[in-house]
Amino acid sequence: MIAVDFLLLLLLVIIAVAAISAKDILTSIMLLGSYSLVIAMEWVLLNAVDVAFTEAAVGAGISTILMIAVLTRVPRFEKEPKEQKHFFNLFNHSELLALATVVITGALLISGTWDMPAFGDPNSPANSYLSPEYIERSYPQTGSHNIVTAVLASYRGYDTLGETTVVFTAAICLILLIRSYKKNER
Amino acid sequence: MIEFIADKYNFWIAIVLMMIGFYAIIAKHNLVKKVIGLNIFQTSVFLFYISISKVNGGTAPIIWHPEGHAEVVYDNPLPHVLILTAIVVSVSVTAVALGIIVKLYKNYGSIEEDEIKLIEHNEPELDSK
Repeated sequence: MIAVDFLLLLLLVIIAVAAISAKDILTSIMLLGSYSLVIAMEWVLLNAVDVAFTEAAVGAGISTILMIAVLTRVPRFEKEPKEQKHFFNLFNHSELLALATVVITGALLISGTWDMPAFGDPNSPANSYLSPEYIERSYPQTGSHNIVTAVLASYRGYDTLGETTVVFTAAICLILLIRSYKKNER
Repeated sequence: MIEFIADKYNFWIAIVLMMIGFYAIIAKHNLVKKVIGLNIFQTSVFLFYISISKVNGGTAPIIWHPEGHAEVVYDNPLPHVLILTAIVVSVSVTAVALGIIVKLYKNYGSIEEDEIKLIEHNEPELDSK
């Protein structure tokens, strides 16, 4: 399992770098769609089946369609910045600064994982506190075989209502943003 | 040493993905590219959560034997629920960001951040349009 897991994660990193560095935005968008599909596979591997469903439908489906729809309105190719490039002709000055920031932040975050419980540790705080109670009680209390569904729709029903509110707010924002106010405006 | 790497590499790769997204957000001038970077950043956070929820030898959190008391080990279902909500919210964020990009292109005729800044600097009256 670890070998497949590692290969999928490596593939994710490669796709992410390719999506960031492509000059054609359409290529970037399609690579992002395949990225979502690969991460859905990773979640089937890590037994998060409900999350895999949602990611394959929403991440790989809807957000790709949204981005392509936007690309019909805006230019397809990214413009090259005119600054001079250094470092094997790859980065210009502002990009080097960004790279330094990213590397330092990443190093700090990775040093933070030193104290974390191991991957798959059954006695880690996240897996030993509270979640056994949910696993034990969800079927007798809600009658749902799927614990994730039981928690989502029953124990955290208000949270799901809040999620729906977020989607509703986003829809209102979009209507206000791109509605045409004049008659001939597209 | 090998054991230590096997214990932690999931978190490390989540951080690497997060930094790739972060780099796109701060270094790229194209606004659609920034949104793509934001998407990668969000997904890396999801990967971190789902990695925490894995239990060795665990199966998907769906009850196998409702009546009996067979010893089945389940993965932690709570992070899965959080991430289900977060995926839907992340798509909402993407949709609003893309809507703003369309509006910006209508007003400025460009989706490159530095060009928009230049136009704004030269013709401040465009803001009120």
